[in-house]
Amino acid sequence: MAYALQQLINGITLGMIYGLIAVGYTMVYGIIGMINFAHGDIFMIGAFLSLIALLGLASLGITAVPIALALTLIFAAALAALYGWTVERVAYRPLRGSFRLAPLISAIGMSITLQNFVQVSQGARVKPMEALIPGGFQIMEADGFAVRLSAMQIMIVVTTLCVLAIFTWLVTRTPLGRRMRACEQDLRMASLLGIDTDLTISVTFIIGAALAAVAGLLFLLYYGAIDFFIGFIAGVKAFTAAVLGGIGSLPGAVLGGLLIGLIEVFWSAYFSVEYKDVAAFSILIVALIFLPTGILGRAEVEKV
Amino acid sequence: MKSAVRDAGLSALVALGLFAPLIGLVTENGDHGLELRGRPLAAAAVVVLVFLGRLLMLTRAAHIAPPVVSGPSPAMVRAGRALAPALLVFALVLPFGGSRYYVDLATLVLTYIMLGWGLNVVVGLAGLLDLGYVAFYAVGAYSYALLAVNFGLGFWSCLPLAGILAAFWGVLLGFPVLRLRGDYLAIVTLAFGEIIRIVLNNWVSLTNGPNGITGIPRPTLFGLRFSMDGGEGTFAGFFNMEPETIQRVIFLYYVILGLALLTNWFTLRLRRTPLGRAWEALREDETACRSLGINVTNTKLTAFAIGAMFGGFAGAFFATRQAFISPESFTFIESATVLAIVVLGGLGSQLGVALAAIVMVGGLELLRAFLSFLADQMGSPIFAGIANELPLYRMLIFGLALVVVMVLRPRGMVSTRTPTVLLVARGQG
Repeated sequence: MAYALQQLINGITLGMIYGLIAVGYTMVYGIIGMINFAHGDIFMIGAFLSLIALLGLASLGITAVPIALALTLIFAAALAALYGWTVERVAYRPLRGSFRLAPLISAIGMSITLQNFVQVSQGARVKPMEALIPGGFQIMEADGFAVRLSAMQIMIVVTTLCVLAIFTWLVTRTPLGRRMRACEQDLRMASLLGIDTDLTISVTFIIGAALAAVAGLLFLLYYGAIDFFIGFIAGVKAFTAAVLGGIGSLPGAVLGGLLIGLIEVFWSAYFSVEYKDVAAFSILIVALIFLPTGILGRAEVEKV
Repeated sequence: MKSAVRDAGLSALVALGLFAPLIGLVTENGDHGLELRGRPLAAAAVVVLVFLGRLLMLTRAAHIAPPVVSGPSPAMVRAGRALAPALLVFALVLPFGGSRYYVDLATLVLTYIMLGWGLNVVVGLAGLLDLGYVAFYAVGAYSYALLAVNFGLGFWSCLPLAGILAAFWGVLLGFPVLRLRGDYLAIVTLAFGEIIRIVLNNWVSLTNGPNGITGIPRPTLFGLRFSMDGGEGTFAGFFNMEPETIQRVIFLYYVILGLALLTNWFTLRLRRTPLGRAWEALREDETACRSLGINVTNTKLTAFAIGAMFGGFAGAFFATRQAFISPESFTFIESATVLAIVVLGGLGSQLGVALAAIVMVGGLELLRAFLSFLADQMGSPIFAGIANELPLYRMLIFGLALVVVMVLRPRGMVSTRTPTVLLVARGQG
């Protein structure tokens, strides 16, 4: 029982990170109907930007943890947003109205490019980092197993909830959010009504990339090690989360992220660690076959 | 001109934001954990390059009218017709003129050409984006390796089996997922490729895990082995020649050349059957296809299975050539490389795929060899450095090429993706 509770805590923490990435997938899919294959790599770049910022701040003498983290968060989110904007501008915008597979192939090319760019510029070795936020406390002890909730896990859950709250406010309460929702419902109609659709799509990529960068920072702090390849697996899992929650649905992305996190952690704890990625990928296949609209998604009507 | 400079300046500013942290600052694994090292010159160079490149793009675009989209000129068409036979003749005589290095390189290029032609059936003809093609390559390689090592079967009897098993896996995967939309299909095939690799890595009792399978037997020529003892039943002994390794290398080269040509011939024939026509129709418009009464699922399934079968053949060849396989060889990077070759080749053009593989696989390797040759001759550390770094940049170039080709020439470098049948002959309509 205590063991399961511990897995629940770990699973929710991991699920929060997946949820943050999944929001980016689901937003882009909702508006322009393409899988932004490079999104997982934006997450990886966010993690690298965070690492560089933390090291840079430490060498400048700023070691107070809250200040350093806040500055890193802003730095990584801003620059990752710039990456998101550039990727859209360079690789996707010229392809609107091209043939069906073109944006997807371009996105795969962008993903390979970003991954190898970081490998070439930062090296292929794993980058370790010591824990910034130590400590935590013990919730309960049963059967000789102590359930721990670390300060890091609290920080991850709180940060994610804050970021998602700001994001929800942005989408539901601001004129910008209304434009985004209008584009999501009908891109051509929105442009006829005078909405700058190109700008709105750019903003969508910027917001998605910033959220992915927050996830990157949290991933770096939680695991304490990153390399250029983390974006690939995390990207596929976050995409699975978006599909499971219902692609196009924002609450669905967070819900899907939590589910994937929980499934992965419980699978590792009770079955086998080696096959944990197989579990996540199998869920993707099963979900697409039997539940293509996801939990909170709506059925897609094919128009000719 | 002024606006062009301003625009290029803005691009340079964006590039500064993108590259200053990731190129200008590098994290190095030092003695006391990570250290940050500055590399301002490299970052500045990239920013200046972006500025100049953008300026050139804008000023050129202002002066030169956009090229009129038209078919290739008659001279180019004639050259194109002569190109394929010329390449074939070159491929046939290559082992007699080249050293072992070139034959090995040509064998590698031909393996990629064969994989490209196999994937071309799926992506180029049927329009299904398969990101897990390497899974079928792996199935073929492991089928042959396991059958040969455990049951002592030879290469030629295993080759069809490897193809059939790979096709079987193609059907097994394809059956449930082919109802999905194009981009969902892509990501499911990607997941499938990863699952196969993870299983190969962890099922130690069957596949020996990450250590791989060693001692995979080489193929024979009508029962003649290519061993170094030169006795009865070996190639050298039968023809009264000195046994040399190059004989086996050349034999392997002709095996893959034959397999690749078989793939090409088979595909070209298939394109003219009703099935091939259905593939092309499916690629152009799935809804229209279904309305015309074509069984979409079966059509997709055959494309998937035939593509997988060629992947399986290539895998079996890979296993016998290397004599050693491990899950390392079957990562997503391989799928991406083959996909890049098919896309650069023009999604459906057989000659284009061959040219793309020659340029992207052979060209880069020759460039590396040339640079290290220059470095040896001149004793220049710069060339040696570039030659050593070049393999690292290979995938970067592939990725960028995918994006650039999609943006500039979405139909690929050799745009012969024309439908095989037309209602009205060209020029009259």
